[in-house]
Amino acid sequence: MGPWSSKQTRYIDSDILIIGGGFGGCGAAYESRYWGRDLNIVLVEKANIERSGAVAHGLSAINCYMGMRWGENRPDDFVRYARSDLMGLVREDLIFDIARHVDSTVHKFEEWGLPIMKHPETGRYLREGRWQVMIHGESYKPIIAEAARKSVTVFNRVMVTHLLTDGTRRNRVAGAVGFGVRDGRFYVFRAKAVIVCAGGASHVFRPRSIGEGAGRTWYAPWSSASAYGLVLQAGAKMIQMENRIVLARFKDGYGPVGAWSLLLKARTTNAAQGDYEAARREELKALVGRYAESSPLPTCLRNHAMLQELKAGAGPIYMQTKDVLDTRHKEEIGWEDFLDMTVGQAVLWASQNIDPKERASELITSEPYVMGSHATCSGAWASGPEDCAPADYQWGYNRMTTVEGLFGAGDTIGGSAHKFSSGSFTEGRIAGKSAVRFVLESGAQAPRPDEAQLRTLKALVYQPLAHFAVARNAIVAGTVAPDYISPLQGLQRLEKIMDEYAGGISTFYVTSEPMLNRGLELLTLLKEDLGRIGAEDLHQLQRAWELHHRVWTAEAVIRHTLYRQETRWPGYYYRADYPRLVDPDWHVFTCSQYDARADAWEIGKMPVHHLID
Amino acid sequence: MPTFTYMARCDGCGECVDICPSDIMHIEPRYRRSYNVEPNFCWECYSCVKACPQHAIDVRGYADFAPLGHSVRVRREERKGVISWKIRYRDGRVQQFTFPIRTTPWGSIKPPSGYETPRPDALRSQWLAHEPEALGTEGLPQLSPLATRSE
Repeated sequence: MGPWSSKQTRYIDSDILIIGGGFGGCGAAYESRYWGRDLNIVLVEKANIERSGAVAHGLSAINCYMGMRWGENRPDDFVRYARSDLMGLVREDLIFDIARHVDSTVHKFEEWGLPIMKHPETGRYLREGRWQVMIHGESYKPIIAEAARKSVTVFNRVMVTHLLTDGTRRNRVAGAVGFGVRDGRFYVFRAKAVIVCAGGASHVFRPRSIGEGAGRTWYAPWSSASAYGLVLQAGAKMIQMENRIVLARFKDGYGPVGAWSLLLKARTTNAAQGDYEAARREELKALVGRYAESSPLPTCLRNHAMLQELKAGAGPIYMQTKDVLDTRHKEEIGWEDFLDMTVGQAVLWASQNIDPKERASELITSEPYVMGSHATCSGAWASGPEDCAPADYQWGYNRMTTVEGLFGAGDTIGGSAHKFSSGSFTEGRIAGKSAVRFVLESGAQAPRPDEAQLRTLKALVYQPLAHFAVARNAIVAGTVAPDYISPLQGLQRLEKIMDEYAGGISTFYVTSEPMLNRGLELLTLLKEDLGRIGAEDLHQLQRAWELHHRVWTAEAVIRHTLYRQETRWPGYYYRADYPRLVDPDWHVFTCSQYDARADAWEIGKMPVHHLID
Repeated sequence: MPTFTYMARCDGCGECVDICPSDIMHIEPRYRRSYNVEPNFCWECYSCVKACPQHAIDVRGYADFAPLGHSVRVRREERKGVISWKIRYRDGRVQQFTFPIRTTPWGSIKPPSGYETPRPDALRSQWLAHEPEALGTEGLPQLSPLATRSE
């Protein structure tokens, strides 16, 4: 086993363990401390919470804010918006719950020091679109991280690899294990409640860019699907894992388009400067019926129109930036939109001599991503709010998964799309308060992880280092060896499988039952090879476990995609063998549950309840 | 645009190693200065560039789509609460911008334990911390009693 088997074990006991220090985790930290003054609360993060999670870079807008104090919007309107964007399939109770609380979150952010832009005449927040407000958000994450650090004990640079369950009650979470990315120690977190606030997934599907540019994905490269990889292996029920998202963004730099189209009112056109989306309206109605009559047009359908245009040879698609930059103020808004959150887009313009005042800029659809907080809602099935969730959406504490004591927020929780930063923080708050209640009401008996399980996991966690130490001796030098692959080589295999068989860019997002079955076959072989990953150091060990989480997530994506026999979200992906949207059979959630003891998946349907007309 | 470190400016302090969200800024053992070990996992988030006290870290656009000859430099001044950018095009044109980053002093956030302890029965309510005051509404919106139906 080499030197790694003797790694010191560090035990950390807490009442509440928060995994992941992004917006969901910081919200959970703040709120759990507010309600649980005497509780021991620990947050663990694989990076440094000062700059971690999807908002590490910064943001240029808050995309979920009602403005209820000014009578701007009501939570039920937000539910209607998210529902139509997701082609009818969302957890309305969860979205309503976030919408009714999100304003208090945003007001707190402003009090803490986040600069929110104001309308010069009304003094209200400057709206980008109906639900979005513009911010000077370069330091959005450091500000929110300060609040979290003042609330709980933070462990930075510890990568959580597995959740722990109780030694006798298998469906009761007992904590988590992982390793120190800097100190190499084995960390055992024992907790009465666990809130998973880890990230969704980039790099499950092959990105458009190659080589260095693979780093410039839309979602952060460190969003490694741990949200799903952790909870599904613990047996939590998952929903809508087929609901991957594809984004239309500025080509290669992935700069955001919202401020350009909503605030600055720049047009999106084909190469001949035509408004192709309007021209294809009737075609969209013929494809999906009433869903194409929603305003705004659902995100997937806008993608579909763009894809049809590209296939017809009418591209490149352009954002007509030059039409709208008539003042220095607007020019600053346009540039800050990138510099606050996607500096790479500014670098792209500088390198390609693109001045947005002088010429249009290319857009394209991205590779698919798996996440639960944007215009998509993959994630764990969660118990809803006590006062408004239907009976079959409620079996315990708000935001608790089907595993007792295991809560989630942000990308982790399925069915509640359009959370974005403020909604993820708000969902963290909801889960944080709920977990406090669970701990205080569940009695004194703390769950006890199984000692044998801990020993097995310790050996397993360091196995990629141990394997490399031995197998590396077979070769002279280089990266090619007969008995191991590097984490990056494994990742590239995963991305190729998902891209070619599960509806990635190389097939224009098209897949089918035989394609998915072949993909699953190859993925099964990759899962076997995960036992032969070789990691040279602790950095590669982190990559190895990120790969594990991504592969498990990919398997769930394929299984759910196979199960849903329709094309629900044209523009996100297409089932060529079931090209229509079929409401009578498929106006439901797909759900899955993995049974670790039997190594078996159970797949089925859950009803979609409409609580708002 | 992956990051790189200028040999003459880096003093090996490790601030970039400490902040990088992707764990790709490492110290090169021979020169004892930082470098990017995995450019294909660099999101060009600029966290390390902003954190470097020596301004030793810069970026060069991704080789697979960014032609050479550009630069995007940044100075983040926490105490002043501003960030300044200087963008130099490949063809030599320059753009400069300054934006605010925070309206309050760093470290000034009041922790949740600094507020009055909530009443025990409030734990079972739907209210979150600081509500309803922080919401700016009188009550918490409720779902209208539409009968649950499924399609």
